[in-house]
Amino acid sequence: MDNFEPRIVAFCCNWCSYAGADLAGTSRIQYSPNIRVIRVMCSGRVNPLFVLKALSIGADGVLILGCHPGDCHYLEGNYKTLRRIPLLKKMLKQLGIEEERVRLEWISASEGAKFAEVANNFTQTIKNLGPSSLGPFK
Amino acid sequence: MEEKDLSHPRIGVFICHCGINIGAYVNVPDLVEYAKQLPNVVHAERNLFTCSEEGISAIKRGTKEYNLNRVLVASCTPRTHEPLFRAACEEVGLNKYLFEFVNIRDQCSWVHMREPQKATEKAKDLIRMGVAKARLLQPLEEIEMEVDPSALVIGGGIVGMEAALNLANQGFNIHLVEKEPELGGTLRSINKLFPINQEAVKLIKPLVEQIKSHPKIKTHLSSRVSQVTGFIGNFNINLDGKGKAEQFTVGTIIVAVGAEPLKPTGQYGYGKMNNVLTQLELEERMKKGKSLGQNVIMINCVGARVPERTYCSRICCMTAIKNAFLIKESNPKAKVWILHRDLMTYGVDFETYYRKAMELGVRFIRYSLERPPEIIGDEKVENIKVYHELWRKEIELPCDMLVLTTPLIPAEDNQNISKMLKVSLDEFGFLLEAHLKLRPVEFAMDGIYICGSARWPTDVTEGVSQAYAAAAKAAGPLRMGYVKAEAINAVVNEDECSGCGICELLCSFQAIELQPRDNKRVSHINEAVCKGCGTCGAACPSGAISMHHFTDEQIIAQVEALFS
Ligand SMILES: Cc1cc2nc3c(=O)[nH]c(=O)nc-3n(C[C@H](O)[C@H](O)[C@H](O)COP(=O)(O)OP(=O)(O)OC[C@H]3O[C@@H](n4cnc5c(N)ncnc54)[C@H](O)[C@@H]3O)c2cc1C
Ligand code: SF4
Ligand code: SF4
Ligand code: SF4
Ligand code: FES
Repeated sequence: MDNFEPRIVAFCCNWCSYAGADLAGTSRIQYSPNIRVIRVMCSGRVNPLFVLKALSIGADGVLILGCHPGDCHYLEGNYKTLRRIPLLKKMLKQLGIEEERVRLEWISASEGAKFAEVANNFTQTIKNLGPSSLGPFK
Repeated sequence: MEEKDLSHPRIGVFICHCGINIGAYVNVPDLVEYAKQLPNVVHAERNLFTCSEEGISAIKRGTKEYNLNRVLVASCTPRTHEPLFRAACEEVGLNKYLFEFVNIRDQCSWVHMREPQKATEKAKDLIRMGVAKARLLQPLEEIEMEVDPSALVIGGGIVGMEAALNLANQGFNIHLVEKEPELGGTLRSINKLFPINQEAVKLIKPLVEQIKSHPKIKTHLSSRVSQVTGFIGNFNINLDGKGKAEQFTVGTIIVAVGAEPLKPTGQYGYGKMNNVLTQLELEERMKKGKSLGQNVIMINCVGARVPERTYCSRICCMTAIKNAFLIKESNPKAKVWILHRDLMTYGVDFETYYRKAMELGVRFIRYSLERPPEIIGDEKVENIKVYHELWRKEIELPCDMLVLTTPLIPAEDNQNISKMLKVSLDEFGFLLEAHLKLRPVEFAMDGIYICGSARWPTDVTEGVSQAYAAAAKAAGPLRMGYVKAEAINAVVNEDECSGCGICELLCSFQAIELQPRDNKRVSHINEAVCKGCGTCGAACPSGAISMHHFTDEQIIAQVEALFS
């Protein structure tokens, strides 16, 4: 699978991680073009069902990006996301999906470089894993 | 205005070239053709600059001509341009929540410059996803939230005091919080002020008195803000005073916590030799009229413009020149040398002041970072060796007193304040405004403003101008009496709610309460309190909560569109 190009969804909270992606842009930091951003107001908005949905219809990986702990615009939305992740990973396991296909990261509005780094690193992780076994065409 | 029929989506797509910013890397004409064939898209066009006068007219014209009931712009970021495009929609009778933004600049052209083909493919995906969401957008009404007509000013230096007085004189109630037992900040220690040589105490004393007797200002000395919750219009403030806590609500907040002069411990004998002081300590001595000796040497940029602290502190060159000037003025026989790396005496007044100091006999010697001056002496500094850059040789100067000019550094509490108010810090730890040129005294967080040395070192003139600017900005919402809250909030479908109470537990804002209805208890969301984070909606096991503008259906439609 040399030319496997992973398809990745990134849920970004409006206040920190989406702003981090913007900063990567204004700083012209080049990163791998496999990420498609969906903006939500807070990482706390990300229903695990969205993630499962994405994985079940063709996503090879899903990123959930929020503000650093303590910095959530809505005080504690990101803590709630953090607590949901283990449950989500358990569900993935039951479905036979590698848990590395879902990753939660904190990216602040001033971390454009980190956004790019996460995008590259995650793309590579998924490339190593290969296409998701769950997708409809696989 | 006539009601738009929304039942059949008629979507218009406006794709921006942003000059070459997008157009040079993404194939925009291709995107237009692509968008045209997406379901429900009745019009697609491209604009050189969608945010220009012309681009905005194109949106309005297109909306009328094609009877659009959803508008999508694919350009830059909603964080800067959404208000503009939403306003354009509203002007032609389209509710602003029927507008959708797709970011193909920050997320495509600028970050995949070397892969134009892939950038174009990605832009197509993003547009397809945006159209899928746009199809499901619904109009929403914003609610008006009352604004508490009062403000909090943090920091009682000259800048905080001026801001507080300015607002109080406009009739608003002000809480002024100062961590020290006295008002006045750094100016309490300063002797005279450049460029007019006025005594600092003469400037602050009348201000302190006005504040103390002002019926609209409540001063909290020896106090710090310990917690801030809420949003513009209604911030709840918790204070930690000496031994007692206090609580109150304000509509807006001004941060004026100033900055602190660096203590250069370990450099040039500071802390070890008794004739080495900082400029601030020199000012205190001069104020008391203490003797300074015949030979005074000042070293500038101690701890500034060095690898570990690269910025210029702006006020220090002038501070050194001022003190040298004052020494020569009172004792013309004294010898005063200023050893500097560069001299920042910008503007009309400062340059004139510098020339006068030279005329009075102050001597300036330039040194380089690579060859800094050296001190000679045991108990005290007796001589200074310095390599004279222009003469290209080392010289030795007699020294009775060595004065180190150190930069202003961020106030110790800045980290805390940044966390508490959710405002940013710059790379050095100073508090960071929303935009250097377009929003210079505002934070990105609505309703919070910044002025004075808290941002970066300012002199009094600049600091006070900023205080007036911040006060004017902070008065805006207070005078309006209300702010409009984004209509992005949660709503419950009571029929589907099982009354489990999970949402109530999760909401950080106490916006949710289970209330009796018929024979059961159901979730009730107070829309004036809800901030729209969506945490409750993501967790409701019955799917009874819907998040306005970010509904499950809309998000899933985006996901589905990506993989369709
Ligand atoms: C040696 C020296 C000489 C100078 N000479 C001149 C001069 O000749 N002319 C001139 O124009 N400028 C001069 N300046 C600059 C001048 O001091 C500043 O312009 C001025 O102090 C800025 O005022 P400010 O209110 O922003 O900050 P500050 O004076 O630093 O006041 C900030 C206040 O906030 C308080 N505070 C800090 N943190 C908190 C907190 N968390 N909670 C509550 N309160 C808090 C502090 O205790 C302080 O009272 C000089 C500065 C120095 C160091
Ligand atoms: S709308 Fe955005 S992308 Fe288009 S010209 Fe303006 S700044 Fe550039
Ligand atoms: S989580 Fe859902 S079902 Fe439970 S109380 Fe809240 S709205 Fe009702
Ligand atoms: S959206 Fe957030 S703020 Fe609003 S009720 Fe739900 S959890 Fe509370
Ligand atoms: S707003 Fe960023 S995680 Fe909550």
